[in-house]
Amino acid sequence: MMQRDTDRPLLVAEGLSKWYGRQLGCRDVSFALYPGEVIAVVGESGSGKSTLLQLLSSQFEPSSGRVLYRMRDGVTRDLAALGEAERRFLFRTDWGYVHQDPTCGLRMTVSAGANVGERLMAVGWRHYGDIRRSAGDWLRRVEIDDSRIDDAPTTYSGGMRQRLQIARNLVNGPCLLFMDEPTGGLDVSVQARILDLLRGLVADLALAAVIVTHDLAVARLLSHRIIVMKSGEVVETGLTDQVLEDPSAAYTQLLVSSILPP
Amino acid sequence: MSSVLELTAVSKTFNMHLQGGVRLPVVSGVGFVVRVGECAVLAGPSGAGKSSILKMIFGTYRCDAGSIVVRRGENAIDVATAEPRQILALRRDALGYVSQFLRAVPRVAAIDVVAEPLVLAAVPRKAARHRAAELLSRLNIPERLWPLPPATFSGGEQQRVNIARGFVSNLPILLLDEPTASLDAGNRAVVVDLVGEKKRRGAAVVAIVHDEDVRTAIADTVIDVTRFTSEAQGMS
Repeated sequence: MMQRDTDRPLLVAEGLSKWYGRQLGCRDVSFALYPGEVIAVVGESGSGKSTLLQLLSSQFEPSSGRVLYRMRDGVTRDLAALGEAERRFLFRTDWGYVHQDPTCGLRMTVSAGANVGERLMAVGWRHYGDIRRSAGDWLRRVEIDDSRIDDAPTTYSGGMRQRLQIARNLVNGPCLLFMDEPTGGLDVSVQARILDLLRGLVADLALAAVIVTHDLAVARLLSHRIIVMKSGEVVETGLTDQVLEDPSAAYTQLLVSSILPP
Repeated sequence: MSSVLELTAVSKTFNMHLQGGVRLPVVSGVGFVVRVGECAVLAGPSGAGKSSILKMIFGTYRCDAGSIVVRRGENAIDVATAEPRQILALRRDALGYVSQFLRAVPRVAAIDVVAEPLVLAAVPRKAARHRAAELLSRLNIPERLWPLPPATFSGGEQQRVNIARGFVSNLPILLLDEPTASLDAGNRAVVVDLVGEKKRRGAAVVAIVHDEDVRTAIADTVIDVTRFTSEAQGMS
């Protein structure tokens, strides 16, 4: 019998560890991410969650362990075995990466339209009218007014820049989105808008995502499952509501009990 | 008639690491069966563990021992040992849950909050909204509120949106945690009707209801939870 695509993992981490010299980044992390599934990696700064994200997205090489990814042709490959060109191609076609600081994920001196459009050109779009129309559509989807399409992101507010970064990452129709504290530096009201937007887009596009956050409210709103990290190791995993309402590890109980009521 | 939900020797203890490792037993030896078209009401005083049992069936609380078997045709899944993605699939296809409070998402319209479970189960958005509108009307939520996010609604209105969301899909198992707590008599009667309709469609219902009239109207069996309440409750 044919296996359905959603029954096979998209991304698999196997025993991932990373040492920076004698300093531990993360140790022995394993999990499988399925199509359409959102996993939140939570923990305080220094817990190894950003290291993990960089290992998963092939920006760092693990000290041990490996990352497997199921390519569009259905073949699962070890990311370490891919050539640099293949890896870059993945980033252009299959993956998105939303940085906490939008200036890291945007080209600040070119127009908003070009920021979105150049991702389409990178996968072979050539017709200027089509590119501009698609860029305009995406700006509307992230609630940026048409009249701002020719402005550079330097003229945008922090929340608008973050929404632009999201549009830039989604325009190609990726299957997997990495997000590093996507609402980290933003005002609370701006955060709510971004989260709501992300929640809708992730569901509509059936995206798989790994989202790193120290904010449990973000995890609750966006994720299906949670991985809790402390000092480079996974201390607890489970369904999002399970981890938040019935935390079992001492550290998770501390995190959950530290949430301030609104 | 065939059983849909079967709990055997289920127990739950909270380990409070931050309180010096106090162990708080909640329930033990929980066992009951719910069949097609049947409503079981969990009874017992506050703190007896009724909500904890519902949460274990839904997978929100882990259980320490025992099994919670959900049967669908040939298929049987034990929630107590299932993988997270199996539980997510169960929630989409088999397990509905109406909590005591609506967890409102900022900026999402009431009608879409209600339609969401259908949309996630791949029902076309238009049909899902149509069904959501029917339920909101029945539960007397005025149409002018439908496009608004429910965060600003009154407690009773939020609870009715929550009920509409819980009843919108036709799932084989429905868990209800005090669905009528903040409703007036008219709306309580609507909920009683809705539960009756679900039962006639073959749903198995597990409910917590304090209101005597509602309980009499919907219950086929009443399960006294105090017999599962751990005797050593509160002891470390």
